[in-house]
Amino acid sequence: MASIRLAVPDAANVGEVIEIKALIRHPMESGHRRGARGEVIERDIITRFECRYLDELVFAADFHPGIAANPLLTFYVRASNSGTLDFTWTDQHGTAWSETSALTVT
Amino acid sequence: MKRFAGATLIALIPACSAPPAAENATEIAAEDIVSGSIFLTAETRDLQEDNFANPGYLWVDRGEALFSKAPASGEACITCHEAGLSGVAATYPAYDEKAGRVLNLEGRINQCRVTHQSEPAWEYESEELLSVTAFVANQSLGAPVSVDVSGPAQDIYEAGRDYFQTRRGQFNLSCQQCHTENWGKRLRGDTLSQGHGNGFPAYRLEWESLGSLHRRLRDCDLGVRAEPLPYGDPLYVAVELFLAARSNGLEMESPAVRR
Repeated sequence: MASIRLAVPDAANVGEVIEIKALIRHPMESGHRRGARGEVIERDIITRFECRYLDELVFAADFHPGIAANPLLTFYVRASNSGTLDFTWTDQHGTAWSETSALTVT
Repeated sequence: MKRFAGATLIALIPACSAPPAAENATEIAAEDIVSGSIFLTAETRDLQEDNFANPGYLWVDRGEALFSKAPASGEACITCHEAGLSGVAATYPAYDEKAGRVLNLEGRINQCRVTHQSEPAWEYESEELLSVTAFVANQSLGAPVSVDVSGPAQDIYEAGRDYFQTRRGQFNLSCQQCHTENWGKRLRGDTLSQGHGNGFPAYRLEWESLGSLHRRLRDCDLGVRAEPLPYGDPLYVAVELFLAARSNGLEMESPAVRR
């Protein structure tokens, strides 16, 4: 069900620093809230985000319950060679969602 | 003395009865009509205008996918609507000949789904209906709201106006008292908006989700401790029509970001 939005340039020059935005649909339920009948709403969060560029880890983030729903990340990567960028979000149960983007470096 | 007392009492009766409705029916001057986004912080407005980071576009994307996908029986929406639906959402709610009543965008989408795709109608506020509504509404981004309240829509418009102007709930407040007579003032930690629907379906930070105008109306009704109407209720559609007519000319903003 997860929907993902990525903003990655298609092409970049060698050495150029590119901006990457990654947005995923997720409730990020903190586990601290209570429902209408006073029952605790179970925690359901993404715990890890990783971005790999040419199979090398270039950016990672650990998420905690204070992160809002539908988290948006903006970060920067220096372009070196043409190849793929792989984005993976993993939730607390180990379920993972991935998306890939191709980058041409000239 | 007794006679004087009696005369005074009679004289008081007209003064105590409710003033005629026309006296209460104030309107926002045309040049003062502003979208709800005016009352947002600069950061929230930036989020709305960034068509990548605006989380409402998660639903627009999903809606686009559903729009292009053929259901089990029937054709995909895009088969008929290949040219897109630019500007269409700005004319809704509108009177529909086939249905014989006023339909809002959600109702119109479901009508297409039932009659042309032979599929069951999507439940109101379901992810699917919200997504497709957001996708269709987004195609009217920037178009001026222009609903028609003449002819058969007139009665519905008036029903919506009456709902808007009627005091309700334990707080005994009407929509109008906040959103027409006192907009721009503070209510607890918030600024009262004019109550326009031009940004809906909208992503509300409070909901952390996209929601329909009816969800918003239910929140307002609950806020004055009135019994909210069910989703898709014809009376809420009437209110939606009244609100749209009241905001005619404002730019469509869906998916807007609201507090």
